[in-house]
Amino acid sequence: MKDLRRPALLNESSSPGKRGYLPPVSDVPELTSDELIPSSLLRHTPLCLPELSEMEVTRHFTKLSQRSFGVDQGFYPLGSCTMKYNPKFLEEVARLSGFQDLHPLQDEKNIQGALGLWHYAEEVFSLITGMDQFTLQPAAGAHGELTGLFIIKAALEDKGETDRDTILIPDSAHGTNPASAALAGFKVQKVPSSPEGIIEPETLKTYLGSNIAGMMLTNPNTLGLFERNILTITKMIHEIGGEVYYDGANLNAILGWARPGDMGFDLVHLNLHKTFATPHGGGGPGAGPVGVKNHLAKYLPVPRVISTPQGFKWDFDAPHSIGKVKGFWGHFGVIIKALAYILSLGSKGLKQVSSDAVLAANYLQTELKEDYNLPYDCFCLHEFVLGGLKEKAPEINTLDIAKGLMDFGIHPPTIYFPLIVSEALMIEPTEAVTLELMDTFISVMRNLARKAMEEPEKLKEAPFTTPVRRLDEVSAARNPILK
Amino acid sequence: MVPSNLRYTEDHEWVRVEKDRVIVGITEYAQEELGDVVYVDLPAAGEKVKAKEAIASIESVKAVSDIFAPITGEVLEVNDDLQHSPELINQDPYEKGWIAEIEVTDPDELEKLISAKEYQKLIGEE
Repeated sequence: MKDLRRPALLNESSSPGKRGYLPPVSDVPELTSDELIPSSLLRHTPLCLPELSEMEVTRHFTKLSQRSFGVDQGFYPLGSCTMKYNPKFLEEVARLSGFQDLHPLQDEKNIQGALGLWHYAEEVFSLITGMDQFTLQPAAGAHGELTGLFIIKAALEDKGETDRDTILIPDSAHGTNPASAALAGFKVQKVPSSPEGIIEPETLKTYLGSNIAGMMLTNPNTLGLFERNILTITKMIHEIGGEVYYDGANLNAILGWARPGDMGFDLVHLNLHKTFATPHGGGGPGAGPVGVKNHLAKYLPVPRVISTPQGFKWDFDAPHSIGKVKGFWGHFGVIIKALAYILSLGSKGLKQVSSDAVLAANYLQTELKEDYNLPYDCFCLHEFVLGGLKEKAPEINTLDIAKGLMDFGIHPPTIYFPLIVSEALMIEPTEAVTLELMDTFISVMRNLARKAMEEPEKLKEAPFTTPVRRLDEVSAARNPILK
Repeated sequence: MVPSNLRYTEDHEWVRVEKDRVIVGITEYAQEELGDVVYVDLPAAGEKVKAKEAIASIESVKAVSDIFAPITGEVLEVNDDLQHSPELINQDPYEKGWIAEIEVTDPDELEKLISAKEYQKLIGEE
């Protein structure tokens, strides 16, 4: 029998002639398309569109939405992703008709407000990060990384230092860092973290040389630890003629308290969809603005918005620019939302965002280390990494704990990353949690630790309550069916 | 499980020395840490490789990891079975899960490889 809980494909539910609405018969003489459009431009086979009633379409999409999981549904402590709640007023602001109904090719004279907002957003991002100039073009964090690396490359080519072909990246870095460096044509040299989980100048020293173009760093790093040698590190890289790139993935930890520009970074990207509460991924689009210090500003993508006595203008006159990195100008709606978020909080509010995020992470870390390993046992910033169950339950590993969480309506944390922690569970609560929610999460995690010992067979089969049960990830990866 | 007749690298590769050639794979410890291997990117036979440079990469459900050449030389043969059955690395890392065979050009390089005992110490299995 057909299970009505499972949404069928729209085409499967289609039958000829089904309609949402039947408009009244027209009292205006009708012309057929043949009479209006030359036959050579007309399609001669019917379009394969599903025919359905409005109710069927509504139920279809509602069912689909219920099978996914998002920040509007429940706790989403996905480490390194800053899955904070996105306040709904931001959507309203971005949908004001003065913003929403603009055309990207509209005359500059008619969009002074929008260009002014663009320019102001660049200034605000510069102020928050301590950088001099910003581009708002990149469409995501990794796109920002690539843009930043192209800028480093352009600067090297300008100086004739093309033998600088290597980017240093810590072993705790996000996978996007080496991927972006490789895509931009650099070699990647991994720098190991110390037993304390940070980069030590003594170790870094051994990798320095005339082949180094620069270094990419996240601060705090992926373990949620502040790179306390950062001033020494950026100085060392500058001394050998390299640039230092700040991956803004973890900015939520230091917002308003410390600025990458003051730490000596030359370039930075922001993940507006993380730090500044705009939707992630499929609910996006995202935005990854890139900021630079003045010495790199001439390489930023074109066009930039400039302020002139005649008003704001798109400026394409940048002979050193790396060119465009995206169609049109950037994700304007995302920029509006991020700016509205920042302005609604103000500088005090932004500081509270990061202090609350850090407080929440430390609360969870302290409570959870009773049942789970904490390989880097010190105060963390906005996130922390557990290393599997303290009391080794044979058969049960981090994947099983992650699957078990789903039965409690909690999105699993990031697992098996960073690679330097065995059985890693990377937890980032963000500031958008209540104490009650954290206490519930703690009791669920304790419950799972107990289940691992008492009913390992059962936990091995979790989840039980999700639309699909445990997926065979190994077979899916070994024999992917791509058609 | 660390067979005593093999040599090892600090990056968890094992090396079987056979006269003028070596056979390379990853250790039991390494396959256990990686989890289920789902894809292996192999070098081509005839490729010249340098010691400590990446020659292959192994993708597991957890991560993608590089495999490094233990010595400098030419790749003589690779284990093509891994293309269709990457799980051999999990099931039998020291025999059917071998990765590549490399010609020895500088026998001194073999001295730099560590012994089974040293490797056991490295992974904390003394």
